[in-house]
Amino acid sequence: MNWFKRKTYPDFYNAYAESFKGKNNPLEATRFIVFDTETTGLNPNEDLILSIGTVTIQNFSIDVSDSLECYVQQEHFNADTVKIHGILKAGSIRKIEETEAIKLFLKHIEGAVLVAHHIAFDVAMINQALQRMDLPKLKNKLVDTGQLYKKTKYVKDHTHYSLDQLCNTFNITMHDRHTASGDAYLTAVLFLKFAALLKKKKNRDLRLSDF
Amino acid sequence: MKNTIAERILDFLKGFPPFDALTHEQLFSIATQVKVHYIEKDNYIFKQNEDLHDSFYVVKDGAIGIYRGNSLVDECDEGDIFGLRALIRKDQYLLDAKAIEESIVYSMSSKVLEDIIITNPKANQFLIASFATNTRNPYSEEDKGTLFANESFLQPNTNSFTEVQSANFSKNPIVCQAHTIIKDACIVMSARKVGSIIITENKQPIGIITDKDLRNKIATGLHTISEEVESIMSAPVITFPPTITVAEAQIAMLKNEISHLCITADGTPNSELIGILSEHDIIVMHGNNPSVLIKEIKRATSAESLKFIREKAQELLKNYIEQHIPISFIANIISAINDAITKRIILLSITEIQEEPPVPFAWLAIGSQGRKEQLLLTDQDNALVFEDVSEDKKEATTSYFLKLAKGINNKLNTVGFELCPANMMASNPKWCLSVTEWKAQFKNWITHPDQDKIMLCNIFFDYDLVYGNHELVDEMSTSIFEAIDSYEIFLNFMGRDALKNPAPLSFFRNFLVEDSGEHKDQFDIKARAIMPLVDAARLLVLSHNTKDVNSTIARFKKLAEIEPQTKDLYESCISAFRILLRFRTQQGLKNNDSGRFIDLNSLSKADRLKLKGCFKPIKDIQDLLKIRFKLSQLL
Repeated sequence: MNWFKRKTYPDFYNAYAESFKGKNNPLEATRFIVFDTETTGLNPNEDLILSIGTVTIQNFSIDVSDSLECYVQQEHFNADTVKIHGILKAGSIRKIEETEAIKLFLKHIEGAVLVAHHIAFDVAMINQALQRMDLPKLKNKLVDTGQLYKKTKYVKDHTHYSLDQLCNTFNITMHDRHTASGDAYLTAVLFLKFAALLKKKKNRDLRLSDF
Repeated sequence: MKNTIAERILDFLKGFPPFDALTHEQLFSIATQVKVHYIEKDNYIFKQNEDLHDSFYVVKDGAIGIYRGNSLVDECDEGDIFGLRALIRKDQYLLDAKAIEESIVYSMSSKVLEDIIITNPKANQFLIASFATNTRNPYSEEDKGTLFANESFLQPNTNSFTEVQSANFSKNPIVCQAHTIIKDACIVMSARKVGSIIITENKQPIGIITDKDLRNKIATGLHTISEEVESIMSAPVITFPPTITVAEAQIAMLKNEISHLCITADGTPNSELIGILSEHDIIVMHGNNPSVLIKEIKRATSAESLKFIREKAQELLKNYIEQHIPISFIANIISAINDAITKRIILLSITEIQEEPPVPFAWLAIGSQGRKEQLLLTDQDNALVFEDVSEDKKEATTSYFLKLAKGINNKLNTVGFELCPANMMASNPKWCLSVTEWKAQFKNWITHPDQDKIMLCNIFFDYDLVYGNHELVDEMSTSIFEAIDSYEIFLNFMGRDALKNPAPLSFFRNFLVEDSGEHKDQFDIKARAIMPLVDAARLLVLSHNTKDVNSTIARFKKLAEIEPQTKDLYESCISAFRILLRFRTQQGLKNNDSGRFIDLNSLSKADRLKLKGCFKPIKDIQDLLKIRFKLSQLL
């Protein structure tokens, strides 16, 4: 159908796409948005987003006021994962439509660098949602905290470091684990620690290309 | 919208002052605006002379050291606030803040400070006190009163004597409804072991049934136990506000020929019932009234009965401390009771010996008892002086007074003032001397000072006449000043001794922070905070040739008069001393010990701040001694 190949997008998407043009912010002015999604399962092709949580890091401080936390109304429901994320189909938390959540998210991440732990999965989930809205994939520069951790070390390794493992290694008290916002916050603290380690390793101020 | 991160920050902040004084909404609004910083070990948050950041900081994890140049001023741990002074004064930073450990720190904007915290008086007082403790000169005009801002706010304003006598009514009175069956009401009264039950309607008292009503109206057969309470209750009830004094209560009971008063929120029958005051409560209160206790002391005929009275005085002390009665007032009352007990014991002991004293004598309380600063029951410290006698009578006289002193010491022990383990008691031949012998002894201590003699001076120079001849004591005092005049270097020795225990800087986790950066895990409030003030006051008063002021507070007041240019520091010393004495007394009552060693685990942030506020004047008065007595050369 022609409808799928349209070249014009809604205003909110255009504003989002526009935000990446010709920008070359110094690192201090760069907004890093650390995010996490809770989903009905682990297959981006079948499962759906239940919640998105973000925190913003700018100039190496977490700004709690610049954060997003939204819960998404979904028809698809997987009872097996409820015990992980705790989000019930008809729970008391206020939920919004997926399209509404994506609009909020795009607005929030305009011009920003996205950071997540094992970011490929979260980005795939968002991209699937974008596709359902007939929109292209995310345009942000992406930083994976799992990879960033490996950059802070001298040896190459292929180990998969879980968020729990890293929080334990770096003495971060885990609160609100398996809520999107809670995990985003833990990931943000890890990001700050890794940035400090990377700076020490490079023995100079960091550049965006270091991430 | 849900905000998990802000909720988590709120959960953390609400555990610490001043945030615990804010409402949930205010705190949530603050939490949503927090910025979170990760600071590596040895990295700075701000440096001296750096331009102001538009925020202040709270330690979330780790530890931040505050430095003036290279010297540590304070260590901040979880929940501590820093970077506040510059923000409030709109000034450059005067101190460095550096991470001692890897830390996570929250920052909050000046807008948060202005909008929410400053408008909350309790939170505001806490903040002012918290930065004043790190200010270089908290006595300056600008910062005056800030050091103890917290203390004055935390204490309700109860400086009037009437508060002492306000009636202590029973809260949570037993109540029932008008249609309750008499038998059921009586079952409740029996079960709760009370002599009265109040009938309420919408929480307001409408009538009362007492044991007397049951006797007169039920037992006589006028009413049956299956009727409703309404048929036999006395109504209306006499009501008073919670501020009722003992005197008012007694008059009301006499005038209305009743034994129970209802205490309501506004004092009228049309407000909520909050308590009941019975004749029995009044009798109990009278038993714990200082003037009644002193009367009982005067009538007591044995040490055992005095012991019982002293225990009542201990209860009185507890109530005073709980009611935040000014500490100097409490100290005066407890000292008056202790003095009365001692006097009574002296008279009882003279009677026991069955022989009048051969010559006039004086019984002296020494040390903290001499300064009237001993509120808790501790071991006794005392001495005896008697008039000079001719050589041939000397032995007999001495042995009479030793025998008398022995009897007095033992009886004091029975009352609860334990025998002094260091034997600083009048029954020790060393401390039971004629006035000439005392004078010679003082002269020897002053002109040949060593560490032991200085320690004795610190104890024996704080004497207070409890019983006997005033002229003997005057003669002793004069001799001390004469000896010091002839050998002024003695004051420098005393000064050196007064500096042996510097005050700690502050608290960090479960440690004391020392000037040297060292940590100690025990806080000896007596040696590290109270005695430095006591010693400084004694030394300064001696250096001014001022006689007859024995308590530390009176000494500092006198000093403020003599040296108006240093008045602010002396007044801060008085405030600090009052806070410390109250704190020690509270600790002692709580743990049933001397209150001397403080468990740092038990201290709240507010307690820590309160104590820290006291350390500053201690350090400053010690600095003053150092300069005035040229101690840096002597040390």
